[in-house]
Amino acid sequence: EKSKDSLLDKISKAVVGKSTVDEDVLDELEEILITSDVGVGTTIKVIRRIEERVARDKYVGTDELDKILREEVAGLLAENQTEEMSDFEIPKGASKPYVMLIVGVNGVGKTTTIGKLSAQFKKKGYKVLLGAADTFRAAAVDQIKLWGERTGVPVVSHGMNTDPSAVAFDAAKKAAEEGYDIVMIDTAGRLHNKVNLMNELTKIKRVIQKFIPEAPHDIMLVLDGSTGQNAVMQAREFTKATQVSSLAITKLDGTAKGGVVVGISDEFKIPVRYIGVGEQVDDLQVFNKEEFVDSLFKK
Amino acid sequence: MFDNLSTKLDKAFKNLKGQGSITEINVATTVKEIRRALIDADVNFKVAKEVTDEIKNKSLGQDILISVSPGQMLVKITQDELTSLMGGTQENIVIEGNPAVILIAGLQGSGKTTFTGKLAARLKKEGKSVMMAACDIYRPAAIDQLKVLGEQVGVEVYAEPENKNAVEIAKNAIAAAKQQNKKVVIVDTAGRLAVDEQMMAEIADVKEAIQPSETLFVVDSMTGQDAVNTAKTFNDRLDFNGVVLTKLDGDTRGGAAISIRKVVEKPIKFISYGEKMEALDVFYPERMAQRVLGMGDVVSLVERA
Ligand SMILES: Nc1nc2c(ncn2[C@@H]2O[C@H](COP(=O)(O)OP(=O)(O)OP(=O)(O)O)[C@@H](O)[C@H]2O)c(=O)[nH]1
Ligand SMILES: Nc1nc2c(ncn2[C@@H]2O[C@H](COP(=O)(O)OP(=O)(O)OP(=O)(O)O)[C@@H](O)[C@H]2O)c(=O)[nH]1
Ligand SMILES: [Mg+2]
Ligand SMILES: [Mg+2]
Repeated sequence: EKSKDSLLDKISKAVVGKSTVDEDVLDELEEILITSDVGVGTTIKVIRRIEERVARDKYVGTDELDKILREEVAGLLAENQTEEMSDFEIPKGASKPYVMLIVGVNGVGKTTTIGKLSAQFKKKGYKVLLGAADTFRAAAVDQIKLWGERTGVPVVSHGMNTDPSAVAFDAAKKAAEEGYDIVMIDTAGRLHNKVNLMNELTKIKRVIQKFIPEAPHDIMLVLDGSTGQNAVMQAREFTKATQVSSLAITKLDGTAKGGVVVGISDEFKIPVRYIGVGEQVDDLQVFNKEEFVDSLFKK
Repeated sequence: MFDNLSTKLDKAFKNLKGQGSITEINVATTVKEIRRALIDADVNFKVAKEVTDEIKNKSLGQDILISVSPGQMLVKITQDELTSLMGGTQENIVIEGNPAVILIAGLQGSGKTTFTGKLAARLKKEGKSVMMAACDIYRPAAIDQLKVLGEQVGVEVYAEPENKNAVEIAKNAIAAAKQQNKKVVIVDTAGRLAVDEQMMAEIADVKEAIQPSETLFVVDSMTGQDAVNTAKTFNDRLDFNGVVLTKLDGDTRGGAAISIRKVVEKPIKFISYGEKMEALDVFYPERMAQRVLGMGDVVSLVERA
């Protein structure tokens, strides 16, 4: 990273000899946030908060401004409701099997994230099971089976074009009967504006609950880090259909910043749990607020 | 949102009653509103600035007609500007050579494989004999996926499951197509990030080896600000001929379309609007302009429903 491109540096230039945050600095900030996909609304919110704080705390130098900025953006990211998650673990005290339902629009990285999580959970000593409930997308079952083979995790499948709810039910049942710790259910990608497909998700959830009332313990919405403002609509509609409880952002190994999750996390109070940083099995990280905010301000 | 925008613009004009034409002063606030609407639609920040500057220049000095509100008028100017920016007219793909080769490239999950199947189906319908080449040697079950689509649309898929060299597979596919007298080969490739040097070199090599008459860059219409970086890098490496916008059956505004067009100056040739093999259409710049401004590409979807 070339430091001459950093926000701090630009801000320094803009505020030399000035005692307040002026238009130039705020414009600069606006550009950084918007080009990271933070969105106009959230960007304005951040800028207002900074203006307020600067007025209140008396702004002195760029170091302070940088700190304030990071604090304000980090402040918009919801906390993990479960205990501090520093690693790939399920909450202590959760009933078993811990059922995770993975949802999202087409091609965001649901299946791949499940594959990566399988490996991480397994490494932690958990007994993991997968449910191949994407019975629609061409070769979706083959894809998750290959991830199962790769990570040494069994996959419950009824084949293509079967009822996804039945797969989810069987996976939950098998997990309960055979003492699995975690079961992850893969679902077909679906656009949030398709009512039938969203209803199908609600049904999958209900069917699992028939068997394990407190399940699914986690409904994870996977967002593609290169998605723009449409991700907000995705969060809204998937939350309506299934009460999303966590987020994963993928493809952050590219130049996209994934800034749209800042507003999403703030608006819907859903914590970001994982980030995808590649296609390989190890390319998954537990979300770290500070690192994420840092990366937003790196050019 | 479209109505929203013109209402907002009207408001911005309200305190400027009695001014008969659009002036530097009264256009400033309205241009800001337009810029914001474009950015909300995922048009790139810089591109939105450039576009609104052009809109400002075009609108300055224009007489405000009695019959329409100034807001509506600016929306019209904006829509016309966006339409002409996106090309104005449709452009076809070039199918030349024996066999003609079409190369498909893009980011992970953008919809390349699905589009490959759709295009094959479309060309087959036009009476051409088509083959698809499975050159994604990385993604789990990528070959299976293309084969399933091949069966669905009745088009043969060339694959070498054991071969880990995409260039070789592509070349062999073309040789096989020639032998079987196929007229067109569509080459599906693995998704890759623009910053992945090794993978970008691979696709450049594939292109060099097979000399396609058409290279298409497939991009997810939900893409945000980063669309310009990606499109630019892919274009620098591949000098592609056109763009395919996918997943337009969603409710995205699709501002990326404008950014890409503006930055790489290549036409958008197809839109993909569903998972079914029929959900493919040519690109209509005017509809896209309306969609970005918030009217939605309803017309083309309704027509096909
Ligand atoms: N670079 C990069 N690629 C990723 C990442 N996560 C997933 N991918 C790739 O994105 C593409 C789509 O991933 P999938 O896991 O199939 O996505 P999905 O959401 O299951 O897709 P559907 O089931 O078709 O809706 C694949 O090529 C993956 O290898 C990531 O973090 N970084
Ligand atoms: N709703 C909708 N889904 C689409 C469209 N085009 C593709 N998809 C879906 O998007 C997901 C990814 O599509 P693929 O064709 O596998 O994408 P790809 O670019 O080949 O992905 P990689 O090979 O992993 O890079 C799949 O679930 C497709 O069914 C579209 O126009 N609309
Ligand atoms: Mg999947
Ligand atoms: Mg593919």
